[in-house]
Amino acid sequence: MDLSSINPILLLASLMVAATPLLLAAVGELVVEKAGVLNLGVEGMMITGAICGFAIAVNTGDPFLGVLAAAGGGAVLSLLFALLTQVALANQVASGLGLTLFGLGLSSLIGQGYQGIRPPPFPKLNIPGLSDLPVIGRILFSHDLMVYLGLIIVTGVWFMLKYTRAGLILRAVGENHEAAHALGYKVVRIRIMAILFGGACAGMGGAYISLIRVPQWTEGMTAGIGWIALALVVFASWKPWRVLLGAYLFGGVTVIQLNLQAAGVAIPVEYLAMSPYLITILVLVIMSADKSSAPASLGRIFHASR
Amino acid sequence: MLKLERRPQPSKAWVWLAPVVAVIATMIAGGALFAMLGKDPLVAIRTIFWDPLFSEFAFFYRPQLLVKGAPLILIAIGLSLGFRAGIWNIGAEGQYIVGALTGAGVGLAFYPLEGWFVFPLMVMAGALGGWAWAMIPAVLKVKFGTNEILVSLMLVYVAEQLLASMSLGLMKNPEGFGFPGSRNLQQYPSAHNAELIAGSGMHWGVVAAMIAVIFAYIMLTRHILGFHIRLTGEAPRAARFAGVNPGRLVLICLGLAGALAGLAGMFEVSGPAGRVSIDFNVGYGFTAIIVAFLGRLHPLGIALAGLLMALTYIGGEIAQSRLGVPAAAIQMFQGMLLFFLLAVDVMTNYRLRLTRREVA
Repeated sequence: MDLSSINPILLLASLMVAATPLLLAAVGELVVEKAGVLNLGVEGMMITGAICGFAIAVNTGDPFLGVLAAAGGGAVLSLLFALLTQVALANQVASGLGLTLFGLGLSSLIGQGYQGIRPPPFPKLNIPGLSDLPVIGRILFSHDLMVYLGLIIVTGVWFMLKYTRAGLILRAVGENHEAAHALGYKVVRIRIMAILFGGACAGMGGAYISLIRVPQWTEGMTAGIGWIALALVVFASWKPWRVLLGAYLFGGVTVIQLNLQAAGVAIPVEYLAMSPYLITILVLVIMSADKSSAPASLGRIFHASR
Repeated sequence: MLKLERRPQPSKAWVWLAPVVAVIATMIAGGALFAMLGKDPLVAIRTIFWDPLFSEFAFFYRPQLLVKGAPLILIAIGLSLGFRAGIWNIGAEGQYIVGALTGAGVGLAFYPLEGWFVFPLMVMAGALGGWAWAMIPAVLKVKFGTNEILVSLMLVYVAEQLLASMSLGLMKNPEGFGFPGSRNLQQYPSAHNAELIAGSGMHWGVVAAMIAVIFAYIMLTRHILGFHIRLTGEAPRAARFAGVNPGRLVLICLGLAGALAGLAGMFEVSGPAGRVSIDFNVGYGFTAIIVAFLGRLHPLGIALAGLLMALTYIGGEIAQSRLGVPAAAIQMFQGMLLFFLLAVDVMTNYRLRLTRREVA
């Protein structure tokens, strides 16, 4: 075992990379849940985004088009969920599970023939002054653009939810859909838009894994990150900034765990690989004491009877 | 403008019509999918649904129906109890793995001792293992109000790592020339879950599945516990007033589901699979969720749905080898089935009405 081989600067830098897919998926789901919809299909949308982005990026040679395609793929899949739960009024838990099962199948179907290929590289941010700063530059200012896009989306979501009328309406729909409906807001339409946004975010999160973090395509490569993102929303008590904090925390756990594996710690690899899931459970236990911040209409079916 | 109107009472006809419509819709959509993959849709559908039962090689495939159906039915019966009460155990895959590990562990511990008591002890260990694994989300939910969906699912990934660790470490075959995986339990008569009638596919797991179906049916229709489960699912507030203890129900439902999933894993590892290996689990725990819904959370429906889903597994394998249909297409096919079912299900509780003005 050689812990000195772990470089703290690289560790912090890779933490930001490891956290980004989680951050993207979780902030999308946060918006969905704020609108009162529980979409358990994050894992399915992520993996679909991962392969859509990968396929388009490989075929066009443009990673940005790949990310766009991933957002589109995730959104299209989430539209299925939206139709089921908002139009056909199906159970949200069951529909979300179905979405994950379907997405896993769909992605490995599309992904045939993409195994073992390297995607085109993603350009990294390089601001002459900032990126060359000794420690901070390496940690904060020399990542790919997606890392910053994730941060921008979190900021945008926070601002929208807190300071804009649109955010207020979204929260109203999530807190009490009957009242929002009575006020004349189109509950179903707003929820569908939120679901599409969540799908696009999850898709981009998936593409981040297949295009940048790994970068390769393997079946089932999201390995539960979508589910951890769902747990993250609970951890964050439905607050965008806490999602950021939580994503970095989980990113940190993943990175440290991988570094410990590489450093050859005496703990077997399998037990280290369990740690992110076990820590998720632990965090859920700690956070579940406080249920007050959950949107009041979360997971309830809305049917306008009048 | 078409509008949905809530039925005063759920339509009895649609409850049973919905799965049939969903299966037909899935066949049509699946046919389109196969056509897109460049396969003849009619041939593909026939290969999946007809050939395993009635083709000239059907004698080879028919036993597989029971072999693949039994774990699905066992797990789905357990899940359906919880689903009825609004308790979402989606970690059956993990409970299945742990049941297989504890069951096989007991068997391997006795190796090479021969005795009638080995197999029954393995059965008990399998059920206990699955039960214990399901108790984690159950106790956390009751004690701390933790979301059982997320915890039970996280434990699937933990169980998969545990399985990898066991098949590479503790349970590795000492005479296996360093290859991962345990001893083959099929070659250890006292622990082998052999076919009861040769060539029928009938093993102890199938018997257990039948017992589970009957047991669940009686419990849901005749026993107070079944009544409480249904009451909690349909009217949680009324259940509270009727004196149903929700915590107790969580423990019972998750515990039963875990024990049954554990049993399924144990029967699989000691019979058809034969040994603990890294790729031992094939997603029965997740497919069983589809089976439970397709069977309308009703024991008899689940038995039929389990056999149908087993058919898609077998037919899928045939289509894979004969037509070159990718395995993923079959997985997608099963996912589509759940989608169509959920979509068609709207007709159970609502009816379509023509209206002039848009409301929502």
